[in-house]
Amino acid sequence: MTTQTLPPGDAEVEPEGVRIARQRHSDGQKAERRLGLLLCAPAVFIMLAVTAYPIVYAFWLSLNRADLRTPDANEFIGLDNYVTVLSSPIWWTAFGVTMFLTVLGAAFELVLGMVLAIVMHRTIIGRGLVRTSALVPYAIVTVVAAFSWRFAWTQDLGWLAGDNAPLTGMWSSLWIILLAEVWKTVPFMALLLMAGLALVPEDLLKAASMDGASTWQRFWKITIPLMKPAILVALLFRTLDAFRVFDNIFVLTSGANNTSSVSMIGYNNLIGGLNLGIGSTISVLIFLSIAIIAFIFIKLFGAAAPGEGEKR
Amino acid sequence: MSTAVETPRRKLAWSGANLIVLVYAFIPVLWIVSLSLKDTGTLNDGKFWPSSPTRDSYSQIFNNPDFLRALVNSIGICAIATVCALVFGTMAAYAIARLEFPGKRLIVGVSLLIAMFPQIALVTPLFKIETAIGIFDTWLGLIIPYITFALPLAIYTLSAFFREIPWELEKAAKMDGATPFQAFRRVITPLAMPGVFTTAILVFIACWNDFLFALSLTSTSRSRTVPAALSYFQGATTFEVPTGPIAAAAVVITVPIVIFVLFFQRRIVAGLTSGAVKG
Repeated sequence: MTTQTLPPGDAEVEPEGVRIARQRHSDGQKAERRLGLLLCAPAVFIMLAVTAYPIVYAFWLSLNRADLRTPDANEFIGLDNYVTVLSSPIWWTAFGVTMFLTVLGAAFELVLGMVLAIVMHRTIIGRGLVRTSALVPYAIVTVVAAFSWRFAWTQDLGWLAGDNAPLTGMWSSLWIILLAEVWKTVPFMALLLMAGLALVPEDLLKAASMDGASTWQRFWKITIPLMKPAILVALLFRTLDAFRVFDNIFVLTSGANNTSSVSMIGYNNLIGGLNLGIGSTISVLIFLSIAIIAFIFIKLFGAAAPGEGEKR
Repeated sequence: MSTAVETPRRKLAWSGANLIVLVYAFIPVLWIVSLSLKDTGTLNDGKFWPSSPTRDSYSQIFNNPDFLRALVNSIGICAIATVCALVFGTMAAYAIARLEFPGKRLIVGVSLLIAMFPQIALVTPLFKIETAIGIFDTWLGLIIPYITFALPLAIYTLSAFFREIPWELEKAAKMDGATPFQAFRRVITPLAMPGVFTTAILVFIACWNDFLFALSLTSTSRSRTVPAALSYFQGATTFEVPTGPIAAAAVVITVPIVIFVLFFQRRIVAGLTSGAVKG
């Protein structure tokens, strides 16, 4: 970034004008730093005030008995809340449900997202139309889509349900929740992957084709390896987002028949139970789970933490 | 393959693929529109299309004060949050894209962390804090978390756009005798506007979509937004789910956004993918 080439010792041979310019340059650098920090200050302040402080506060609450129904009994109880939550089958069922939806969701989204990305990237007719309509699921409020799926699968009412009531059983409900999640997020996945597809040089594919590689071979041996960074970033984004699943479950089943996710039980503890201690414990555990997932992705799979590509 | 010949057969195959995408994208939307148009007699017939469409559900929700209030809340809260996030986000993104200063990478890192932050982890502490300082169940109580979660998106998208702007033009304008303000207003602003506008759409959609905060940080129709209000809709009796009105309300809050997105498709795609592959 610096354009200065003159060594500092040359001050006497250096023309007056250059010296002044350099003086200005370093003044400018200082001003630039100040301006940069000043411009970022409000955004950073808000982001930290609304996330860092509450999460520290949640950690403190999680070490206390803090039940709004019995305010007199509040006291410091160490890790008791963690023992309560981690030894409760409710937490582990919700954790299992969340992992089921996260892992299968990410897998389906990756495959279908790739298919959609290829269609959007390669189709020879109506490309604009396809790209435009693929954005529809993204644009729809999750709750609205969830209601659409719920009504569609409601007995008698829905065109998909017929005489069955799939939303009253655990596994059938989970598959419908998965469907709703996947439907909504495949386009986003596809857009991220399409940006990766655009980076695969056409010449390379052409050359491989001349050397006799089949479409399938070109896809696995050229496209996929070149897209690996894009795939990992997309997967990281989606996995972390999927782990927070809440809206679809709330509307589709309200968590009935053991279909609660960890976010659902966190919410129920706060609004239904008004138990801030337990609710905060769940919050901290979710926060830790997300941190662990991100760590695994970045350290083990070598996903470039998004933003590491900044300023390349 | 763009190199391949466009034979009729290939065209047909691609048309089939396109058609599947269209069906995939529109089926749930058409279904909810169809439900909103069914009359009470045919509501439960389980058919995909309405046999005798009516506007009853729509007149019902537009006479429902709770829904209208929620609509006003949604529009107001999301608009204010969007404007604030854009102002602070533009300042930060300009600094990140154009200036060298210490801690820049840290700021980008922090904002990405927040983008992936589990919102539910904040619900309990925010509930406690907001009730303590008296902004629980107010517009402000929702606007603040919305700004927070919109900021990473705004900073990320805007800095990607700002990096693409040919900033030398600013210098050139100054050499031609423009004042710094003129250079900014006449040269840079028009170039930056598309990015800012795209970001505004993305941020607004993100806020409009929120359900968890709207549900947890409100308790009355005073500040409840539409997604949360939908789940509180009451039928004629408490046990009856008001399917028609819910469907109609869902269409009302969906259609404007969908039209908007379809209209600005190109920009939104650019915005969503900016920086996703590389900075």
